[in-house]
Amino acid sequence: MNKIPSALNLGIRRGALEIRQFARQRESVVFTLLFPVILLAIFGSVFKDTIAPGVTFSQYFVAGMIASGLVNTGFQSLAITIPMERDVGGLKRLRGTPMPVSSYFIGKAILIAVSMVIQIALLFGFGLIFFGVQMPTAPAKWFTFIWLVLLGSACSTALGIAFSIVPKSGRGASAVVSPIVIVLQFFSGVFFIFTQLPSWMQQLAAIFPLKWLTQGMRSVFLPDTFASQEVAKSWENGRTFLILVLWLVIGVFFSVRKFKWDRD
Amino acid sequence: MNVIEVKGLKKSYGLVHAVRGVDLSIPQGEIFALLGPNGAGKTTTVEILEGFRSRDAGEVSVLGFDPQTKGHAAREWRNRIGIVLQSAADAGDLTVLETIDHFSGYYSKPRNVEEVLNAVGLEEKSGALIRNLSGGQRRRLDVALGIIGSPDLLFLDEPTTGFDPEARRSFWALIEKLRGTGTTILLTTHYLDEAEALADRVAVINDGLIIEVSTPAELGGRATSKAIVSWRDGDTIKTESTDNPTSVVTKLTTHFGGEIPELTVSRPSLEDIYLTMIGGTHE
Repeated sequence: MNKIPSALNLGIRRGALEIRQFARQRESVVFTLLFPVILLAIFGSVFKDTIAPGVTFSQYFVAGMIASGLVNTGFQSLAITIPMERDVGGLKRLRGTPMPVSSYFIGKAILIAVSMVIQIALLFGFGLIFFGVQMPTAPAKWFTFIWLVLLGSACSTALGIAFSIVPKSGRGASAVVSPIVIVLQFFSGVFFIFTQLPSWMQQLAAIFPLKWLTQGMRSVFLPDTFASQEVAKSWENGRTFLILVLWLVIGVFFSVRKFKWDRD
Repeated sequence: MNVIEVKGLKKSYGLVHAVRGVDLSIPQGEIFALLGPNGAGKTTTVEILEGFRSRDAGEVSVLGFDPQTKGHAAREWRNRIGIVLQSAADAGDLTVLETIDHFSGYYSKPRNVEEVLNAVGLEEKSGALIRNLSGGQRRRLDVALGIIGSPDLLFLDEPTTGFDPEARRSFWALIEKLRGTGTTILLTTHYLDEAEALADRVAVINDGLIIEVSTPAELGGRATSKAIVSWRDGDTIKTESTDNPTSVVTKLTTHFGGEIPELTVSRPSLEDIYLTMIGGTHE
C-alpha cells in the first residue's frame, strides 16, 4: 500500500500553493512588497540630516524597515488572513484531510520567507540607487543579517499563526491586529531614533521582539562606532538572539496547542 | 464489520443537551441519510463522527477507529475518509484543476484528477478560477475534493442546498455512481425527496435522539399506511382512504365502464411522514 506523504513534503507543496495564490492577488503583492520602499522614500525625503557622523537617517531607517517588514509580512498578514481563511471554511476543509497541521504551518513559513527575500531585495535596490544606503561589507555583518532574517521571519510567522486565534472574525481581524503593529513600530524605534524615545516606551518595547530585531538590524547597517549610542552602549546581539528564540518558542507553542480551524 | 458504529453517544453544550444517546450502525456500501430539523443534534452527531468535535459519553467507531484519536493514526484514518462540508469559499484565486490536483497530493491512493473532473462534470471548467464558478459548480468542486482521495467513507453535509432542480438531478446521478464503487456514504439533508432518491436507509433525529431508522419506503409505517384514492364524480372530487386501493380502483372501473376521471392513488409522502414524526415529539 502507498504511504501517505510526509508532513515536510506536503508543507513544501503547500508553500508553492500559498505563493501561487499570493502572486495572483495583485493589490496585496504590490502593497506588501513595496510598502517598505514607499516608506523609505517618504522618510528618506523628509529627513535629510545625518544622525551621527557618516550615518544618514535613511541608513538608520533601512534597518527599521527590514525589521518591521518582517513583522508586517509575517505577524500582521498571517494574523489577518488566517481568520479570513477560517471564516470562509477553508481551514475546516483542510482539517478534514490527512494533511497535518505542521504542513500548513510550513507552507505559511515558506510564503513569508519568500516574500521577505523579495521585499528586502527591493528595499536594497531602491535604497542603493535613490537614497545612498550603504551595504555592509564585512562577512560577519552579513552573517548577522542572515540569521536575523531567518530567525525573525520564523518568529514572526509563528507569532502570526498564534495570534490568529484572537480575532473573532476575518472582517474584524485587521482592526485588532494593525493598531498593535503600528504602536509597536513607534515604540520600537522603527520610525524614530530609539534612544530619543521616553524611557517607559523603551522599556515596554524591550519586551517585544520588534525592538530587538530593529536593534539587530542596526548592528548590520550602521557603523560599529554607533553601538555606543545604543541604550546598553552595545549592539547586544546575543541577547537579541535569545529573545527572538524565546518568542519563537512561545509562538510555536500557542500555534500548535491553540490553533483554531473553525469559527466556533 | 460496520463502517460506522455508535452506541449511547452524548454531547452537551453547557445546559443544552444536543445529543442525548444516539445509536447508529451503518454497514459497508450503504447510503445512509440522517434527517432532522435544525438544532436536532444532526450536525453535532456528524461532526463527532468526522473527528471535528469531542463527545461527552458513548462509544464511536468509524472505519474501526475512534475519531477522537490524534497523531499519525488520525492521518491514516483521514486518508480513508472524505468530507464535503456545508460551505467552503476559500482559494478563490486558484483554478479548479490546481485545487483538485493539490488536494490529490494529500492522499496515499488518490483518484485520477481527470477522472474526478469528469465525474463531477467540471471538465470544461478545469482552467477557471474558483471565484468565477457558480454556486452549483462550487458545490461540485467541494464534492470533487471530498472524493479525490478515493475514500472508503464519504460524509455529505446538505450537498444540494441552493441547487436548481436540474443540477440536483445530475448530482444525484453522481452519488449513484459512487454507490457503484462501494463507497459508504453518510448524507445529511433537509430535502426529503433527496433522501428518498438516494438513501438505502434513513434515520430521523429529533431533540438529540434517533426516533426511527428505516428504509425510506417503510419509515413511520409508510408502506402499510392507508392509500388515498381520489377521482372526479360529476362536479365533485371524491376520496376514499383504503387498505385495498386495487379493489377500489377495480370497483370504480366497473362503475365508470372504463376510464376513471382524474384518478389518483397516493400514499403519504416521506415528507408527510417525517413532519408527523418530528411534530409528534416536539411538544
